[in-house]
Amino acid sequence: MSEYRIQGATGDWEVVIGLEVHAQVVSKSKLFSGSATAFGAEPNSQVSLVDAAMPGMLPVLNKECIRQAVRTGLAINAPINKWSRFDRKNYFYADLPQGYQISQLYHPLVGEGEIEVSLDEKNPEAVKTIGIERIHVEQDAGKLMHDQHPTMSYVDLNRSGVALMEIVSKPDMRSPAEAGAYLRKLRTILRYVGSCDGNMEEGSMRADVNVSVRKPGDEFGTRTETKNVNSVRFVMAVVEQEARRQVDLIEDGGKVVQETRLYDPDKNETRSMRSKEDAHDYRYFPDPDLLPLVLEDAFLEECRASLPELPDAKRARYEGPLGLSAYNANALTAEVETAMAFEELLASVASASGKSEADVAKRVANWLLSERAGVLSANNVLASDPKNSLEANTALVVAAESGAISGSKAKEIFALYLTGDIDLAKEIEANQQTSDTGAIDTAIAKILADNADKVEQYKGGKEALFGFFVGQTMKAMQGKANPGVVNELLKKALG
Amino acid sequence: MTDVTELGVAAIREGVAKGEFSAVEVAEAFNANVAAAQQALNAFIVPTPEKAIEAAQAVDAARAAGKPLGKMAGVPIGMKDLFATRGIQTTAASHILEGFKPEYESTVSQKLWDAGAGMLGKLNLDQFAMGSSNETSYFGNVISPWRRNDGGNAALAPGGSSGGSSAAVAARLAPAATGTDTGGSIRQPAAFTGISGIKPTYGRCSRWGVVAFASSLDQAGPMARDVRDCAIMLEAMAGFDPKDSTSLDMPVPAWEAGLSGDLKGKKVGIPREYRLDGMDEEVAKSWDQGIAWLKDAGAEIVEISLPHTKYALPTYYIIAPAEASSNLARYDGVRYGLRDLPDGAGLQDMYAATRAAGFGPEVKRRILIGTYVLSAGFYDAYYTQAQKVRALISRDFKEAWAHCDVILAPTTPSASFALGEKSADPLEMYLNDVFSVPASLAGLPAMSVPAGLNSEGLPLGLQIIGKPFDEQGVLNAGLAIESRAGFTAKPEKWW
Amino acid sequence: MSVDTATVAKIAALARLKVSEAEIAAMVPELNGILAWVEQLGEVDCTGIEPMTAVIPNTLRLRDDVIDADPLTGGGKRDDVLANAPAAEHGFFGVPKVIE
Repeated sequence: MSEYRIQGATGDWEVVIGLEVHAQVVSKSKLFSGSATAFGAEPNSQVSLVDAAMPGMLPVLNKECIRQAVRTGLAINAPINKWSRFDRKNYFYADLPQGYQISQLYHPLVGEGEIEVSLDEKNPEAVKTIGIERIHVEQDAGKLMHDQHPTMSYVDLNRSGVALMEIVSKPDMRSPAEAGAYLRKLRTILRYVGSCDGNMEEGSMRADVNVSVRKPGDEFGTRTETKNVNSVRFVMAVVEQEARRQVDLIEDGGKVVQETRLYDPDKNETRSMRSKEDAHDYRYFPDPDLLPLVLEDAFLEECRASLPELPDAKRARYEGPLGLSAYNANALTAEVETAMAFEELLASVASASGKSEADVAKRVANWLLSERAGVLSANNVLASDPKNSLEANTALVVAAESGAISGSKAKEIFALYLTGDIDLAKEIEANQQTSDTGAIDTAIAKILADNADKVEQYKGGKEALFGFFVGQTMKAMQGKANPGVVNELLKKALG
Repeated sequence: MTDVTELGVAAIREGVAKGEFSAVEVAEAFNANVAAAQQALNAFIVPTPEKAIEAAQAVDAARAAGKPLGKMAGVPIGMKDLFATRGIQTTAASHILEGFKPEYESTVSQKLWDAGAGMLGKLNLDQFAMGSSNETSYFGNVISPWRRNDGGNAALAPGGSSGGSSAAVAARLAPAATGTDTGGSIRQPAAFTGISGIKPTYGRCSRWGVVAFASSLDQAGPMARDVRDCAIMLEAMAGFDPKDSTSLDMPVPAWEAGLSGDLKGKKVGIPREYRLDGMDEEVAKSWDQGIAWLKDAGAEIVEISLPHTKYALPTYYIIAPAEASSNLARYDGVRYGLRDLPDGAGLQDMYAATRAAGFGPEVKRRILIGTYVLSAGFYDAYYTQAQKVRALISRDFKEAWAHCDVILAPTTPSASFALGEKSADPLEMYLNDVFSVPASLAGLPAMSVPAGLNSEGLPLGLQIIGKPFDEQGVLNAGLAIESRAGFTAKPEKWW
Repeated sequence: MSVDTATVAKIAALARLKVSEAEIAAMVPELNGILAWVEQLGEVDCTGIEPMTAVIPNTLRLRDDVIDADPLTGGGKRDDVLANAPAAEHGFFGVPKVIE
């Protein structure tokens, strides 16, 4: 893959990107209080006295949040620090009731890890390893609304105190595409692990995008941090815009200032964030309301044992033992739901057809990724439709796999079944294809006789016409002939 | 009829239980004393006579119905205004919390009400518990009921920060009161007013619902006329609270039942570093007297060394302000308390104006020191170093326990002083806590019991410091002194 | 280390305390007195000593992930949470308009 460069008046520039991803931990209650975390509740209805920082209120740590962060750390092959601690990050803002955020600066829960990102969908071998500096656990802030009152902003503390994992990458990315690929892969891993739902629209995942530029080979330049970017597309846009801005600024004789910026998607530009300008002396110190967090081996083991197979391992298994193409393996593992659906159908088909999973994997993969996907979208049926059931899918794939019906027949029947009112088993039965060589030979003989000119051309070297004869034969057999048998008999008949 | 206001906790409880007088009679008698002294002593910020009566009626009704009575049944007490009390103004003696009526009850006060105690009112204190003379309250100084015997009628300090508590108990406005101790705020005022008070092991009493000053040091405890009353009330206040992460998950011992002034087989350590150059002769004399009493009680006296004693105060004056600067960040005029919003002010201006108007000078001073020692570039030199020295101070004690069971020392370097005498120089005021701060830094149980009067007719206290969790050892040594000191002096009523 | 008026002004701003020039002038010697005094800690040899993290040796308890397990620390009490607010509007806390 060619290197990403920003063309400036003084030559090419390289962009250096690091992402701090804030991922909301999947938990029922908040990090340090018992109030609920559900999205979209009435303002301030999920706020405890603790979250509102009433005088004398104290934090008590939620075990599930720690479990999820530990599982996430294990998923990126990072060491888990059995001794960690919470620190206070002190600053004043209306969305921060305590006047400090409980976070982890000095002793984070999770140490250095890494993830492999694929940079080219068509070429899964093109991978790059992005380092992860650390993962720590911290509280989310509340939410401000600025458009409800002419002179006031409104504060909703429902999010205040919800657990976040801050996943800090190393400055290892060099293009918008790499940043996008990293964020997508991270999201995939989190969703596999189940520690974050990855819902960027609801703010479950936001990224602070650190961008600097330099001439290739030079030292790192001064970076800016664009806060709270909430989609992959916007992250890529921020990198692009911010790199361009910095290059232009430097080439015009200016200097990049280390600052916090905000992305405006409507204007597709970043701008300096006035409200946070003076807030960079955070006076971190250990939270004296909390004791050191010490994790037992048994707890870590339980976390490890509860980890599912992760996307990279799954992809390797799909390509290796199951013999899928790299492209299909990639497509099936990109979203945890797809992989789950594949494995469920695979097991069901294997068991119903009495074959091994490896024997039916290709057919199941093709069915899911192209045949079924095509039928669903052509007929505007959602994957969640109850008719798109495991039983129906299994019956169709098993019938196709056994040769009872053809693959294209399976698609037709599926479309009829989804949109109409037919008995699937009867329809499969009625469309059983024939391997009766006598009937097929009869049909072939008639077709060859009717198309003597084409037979001549074929024999003269126009082998592409073979498909025409197959099609004619299938048509004559009303689609019920076994294509393998048709192929075989045609080859014989055509000499 | 006996003057019930001359009785302590145990005697009132017994009298009520036996029907010698009703709980309502007791509450009324104390309510009358409170009202009569309010003008002169200013011990209460808000008297709550109706609360005292209400609790007393419940006790009388329970007794009449033959129901079991609690540990504190029929005993009206004063509640330091640092404990959140539901529906009753809770201010920490600050302007910034003036008018704040919590929607919750602190764990400790709730336990006391559950044990049958009633509330006479919210007691005055140094603002946010920062002070040693009760001169920093927004609601005015508390005047000690004690006067020097020189006929001068100078207004004296009741000690601080629990100055309302000490004055109220000494003046018979309450048989007992809650206190909190961060660097001596129970022991020093107890010593100044000729009463007893114990700060238990850090974590014994829940901090939930107690306005925080310095989280790693704050501990609640009882202040009462004698050791037995302290034991009874501490039993009612202490206990594991899952809402406080630093709460000790240990059963509450039966301290009252375990009381014994017989110290045979016990070793009492006398720390050589506490004998300061130029020490007040009368304080030194009372310490020697205390040693003689404990010897008389059967204890063996051993000299011990606590080498880092001289660093305790400076350590405290880094750690406590650092924690306070962060703990007090929540007072920002958004969710409760004072809001000062100058014309055209933005959010950050509102914070600065609110906090400037709402905090007194001593609170501001400590916030500034705390902010400074945590700020970028100074954190390690001040805060980290202080936490290391704190570890050394704690280690000194650990090593001492190899040689002794309890430690005896003066509570304060002098008897009470006149209001205004030390308030001009913060450092001189801080030195008042020289003997009390080390035990706070090490989280140890420590109590002050009256030893006698000095030549000016003012009380002097002796301090007993114990091993972690050994409140019993502390109480027993206190009892041994109490029974030998025969302290019966009380302030002559002039109000 | 000692502080000057500029440092005190900066610290006060960081702590969100509005202070007048006269107040700053008065605070400078006071804070310097206190700082000079606490700096005697620098003379303590702390080689190999870990800073204290828990005054009574103990580790953090973890609570189970249950919503509103204890009503005292649970949610669903908007009225209580807003009861003391200087400006509570339509279920929100109101603050002077913030420009981000």
